[in-house]
Amino acid sequence: MTLGSILHDMWDIFVKFYIGEGLLVTGVGYTLLLSAIAVFFGTILGSLLAVGKMSRIKPLQYIITAFVEIMRGTPALLQLYIAYFIVPMMLTNLNPTPIACVAIGLTLNSAAYVSEIIRSGINAVDKGQTEAARALGLTSRTTMTKVVMPQAVRNILPALGNEFITIIKETSLASNFFVGELMTTYAIIKGVTFNTVPTLIDIGIIYFVMTFTLSKLIGVAERRMKAGA
Amino acid sequence: MDVYIKGFLIACQGIPTTVWVSLIAIVIGAAFGLLLALCSQTKSKILQVLAKIYVDVVRGTPMLVQALIMAYGVPWLLQSWGTGFKWANLVIPAIIVCGCNSAAYMSEIIRSGIQAVDKGQMEAARSLGMSHGMAMKLIIIPQAIRVILPAFANEFVTLIKETSVLGYVGVIEILRRGQLWNASSFETFPAYIGVALAYMILTIPLSKIINGYERKMARRESAR
Repeated sequence: MTLGSILHDMWDIFVKFYIGEGLLVTGVGYTLLLSAIAVFFGTILGSLLAVGKMSRIKPLQYIITAFVEIMRGTPALLQLYIAYFIVPMMLTNLNPTPIACVAIGLTLNSAAYVSEIIRSGINAVDKGQTEAARALGLTSRTTMTKVVMPQAVRNILPALGNEFITIIKETSLASNFFVGELMTTYAIIKGVTFNTVPTLIDIGIIYFVMTFTLSKLIGVAERRMKAGA
Repeated sequence: MDVYIKGFLIACQGIPTTVWVSLIAIVIGAAFGLLLALCSQTKSKILQVLAKIYVDVVRGTPMLVQALIMAYGVPWLLQSWGTGFKWANLVIPAIIVCGCNSAAYMSEIIRSGIQAVDKGQMEAARSLGMSHGMAMKLIIIPQAIRVILPAFANEFVTLIKETSVLGYVGVIEILRRGQLWNASSFETFPAYIGVALAYMILTIPLSKIINGYERKMARRESAR
């Protein structure tokens, strides 16, 4: 196999399967859909977890800490296996599809990471800000929403963008359940052509284009935010 | 309950493989990552660009893709040249891929650690007559290590979890053990709970130690 013939095969596979059979659109579509769902609901759930952990209710704190530690202490692949097994058992009458199970697993995973991002973003805001706001007579709620949060968001948003990129790469694990995202196309094409390496390189390039564009966009947004500050 | 204990014990049989692969990979990653970080700091534009491309590509693609290319792609390619190459043991490509993967992340950690050291340190060392290399080795890197250490340990924790995808390329680590047992006994839940516990006894104590170290460092910093 020369470099030329590998490039040739890569191009052939790309044109025939990714463009011709539309695997590029469906693969990238499912990957982005899964990641977007996981990050969106992960952010909502993660914010709730962060608020709960900063509340004064001890049992709530312990439960959230345990959840976050477990999710951050075990591999995402294992969590997907467990979600794939347990979600259909819990939601028997809804008959969840594999992609729904995977989406739930990824959401819970990203919620744990996002809650830590939000918590550290809030903690990174100088304590003097809270003290000054409180001394000026603002209630603790107003202090949080009007003084601390707007500053914390500036720390949190770039980290959330990175979480999105991490999740895009993590959706590749979902190929194990054949949900149709980008890595699933590897199994499909390999089954037809037995040409593994050019397919893998094609997939690598598509992932790279997705994550690289995203990280550039995040960089631009970050710079805008700094300029606006 | 017995079945849960059995699941845990079976998952634990995978711990040595996971730990060995992660340990060797983190050593490779640290050495190669340091090299990449130094390349991105040199004045040579070519080295800078090469290091940047490597880091971007490795951080931009899933490790699963990298592992499949290394484990199946490399022998396929070499065999097509008529060399009859075969990995003697599938752990070898797994370790290489983990090492090369973590090197990209390590290089960023090391780079930010070096940049975190005050610029005056380098200026002072240079004005005392040290060469650039000497100042780097004796002044900058020892200080950078203190910043890098927690991130380094975090990278190790991440790596332990990442090795779970190596089951795809024929390495029988913790998760694979659990899956194999699940396939023969159909005890899905005990198998996966056991796997989760096995990972947690590795990762959670380690991250607790890191937290303690970070807090100690922060206290020392504020005492100054």
